[in-house]
Amino acid sequence: MGTVIGVWIAAGLTLCVYSFLYKDNPFYKFAEHLYVGVSVGYTIAITWHQAIVRLIWYPIKSEGNYTVLIPTVIGLLMFSRFIPKYRWLIRYPLAFMIGVSAGASIPRTMRSFVFEQMGATLAPFTTVNAIVIIIGVLVTLIYFYFSFEHKGPVGVVSKVGIMFLMVSFGAGFGYTVMARISLLIGRAYFLLHDWLHIVR
Amino acid sequence: MADFIKKIANIDRRYIFILIALTVIIPLLFPIGMPVTETKEVMAVYDYIEKLPQGSAILVAMDYDPAALAEVYPMTLAVFHHAFSRKIKVVGMTLWNTGAALGELAMREAAGDIARVGEDYVYLGYVVGDVNVIMRMGEDISAVYPTDYGGKPLAESPMMKGIKNYKDIALIVDIAAGATPELWVAYAGDMFKKDIAVGCTAVSAVGYYPFLNTKQIIGLIGGMKGAAEYEKLVKSRGTATAGMDSQSIAHILIILLIIIANISYFVMRRKDKLLKKA
Repeated sequence: MGTVIGVWIAAGLTLCVYSFLYKDNPFYKFAEHLYVGVSVGYTIAITWHQAIVRLIWYPIKSEGNYTVLIPTVIGLLMFSRFIPKYRWLIRYPLAFMIGVSAGASIPRTMRSFVFEQMGATLAPFTTVNAIVIIIGVLVTLIYFYFSFEHKGPVGVVSKVGIMFLMVSFGAGFGYTVMARISLLIGRAYFLLHDWLHIVR
Repeated sequence: MADFIKKIANIDRRYIFILIALTVIIPLLFPIGMPVTETKEVMAVYDYIEKLPQGSAILVAMDYDPAALAEVYPMTLAVFHHAFSRKIKVVGMTLWNTGAALGELAMREAAGDIARVGEDYVYLGYVVGDVNVIMRMGEDISAVYPTDYGGKPLAESPMMKGIKNYKDIALIVDIAAGATPELWVAYAGDMFKKDIAVGCTAVSAVGYYPFLNTKQIIGLIGGMKGAAEYEKLVKSRGTATAGMDSQSIAHILIILLIIIANISYFVMRRKDKLLKKA
């Protein structure tokens, strides 16, 4: 019975959201606000149980580990932003977070997203793909180099770079269209299969 | 002719919405059965899991929320179905708090009668922290997840007795709606030298082909099409396969609309030029 009620509520809300395609209306607004509210509430509940209770409360209560209070206090200093007199205290948790994030991410990011990609781009030109990739990378980079005026040979090369960019945008657009249609198919399948039972 | 073209160019978009809706709904009601051909990116993931010895363990990170379910849920089920049918153990987890419950749902649905929780699969759930979770799991999974999603201590799961960290995991499969594959590639793949396979939404797939070319990931399942290919490989018809007819016909309609729009643009531009000359 609970499943049936859930399906009907989901179907009703789906139709409320899709009613926006005709024009904005109170049903759509209701569904939109409900979605935002439920998402935030769910996120807060999960974060409460997985972060506050699991990482702070249990270590203190079960293990007597009070050292977890140090990162807790540092984290709470983030809320000093809302008290004008103590707003400057937010610099401590921000400095900590930025320092840790930068230290952990910069070497990894440089290696995984820059050096590995550069190495693969400079692979031996034994295939047509490898030649096309290196030409595409070079002409695209030249297009984004604005210290020279894009005239003459530089203008021609940058126009080729624009074509490579357009091809990549086209591929991205095609994939995006597929993604959006997929989401519509998912909802249509739910309505026809789970709700109306007219699709097997 | 020009007036007709002008009418087409200024058509109310709601008619286009109706056409798109019909191209999606009608093939669902009256399936055509268009063929689904496997691509080498998806085959690579399938072949890798197929070649794993029985009893191996894989880690599946289900980093998505309900908004992306239509694309990633079918591929999640297909990968689980493949692993369970090959007697490969599955450790499930997620880096997205909004997907915590979805992961358990997927594992339970895929397991059915062929896999048992604690012996064939374990769902660890969600823990705060993306990079920290990935890095610490490389040293000790139970330090990050002392219990599974249901609260049962990990030490009590027979399956987890031989699985301490990434060294005991043969493959990491990240099925994602966001940018988490980049984290898995950077921190689990490059740092701990683990093989990573990625399943993602079609919007994100374009951005992960560079990782495929550099072999930083071993395979890529992109969008509903990728999910349909994997369903075909594991011989398990699911919602992705059911949606492929609608997908193809909707794409044909969009191509026709783009062609019509471009023709109308050039006709109207030529008409304006002629009017200016006159």
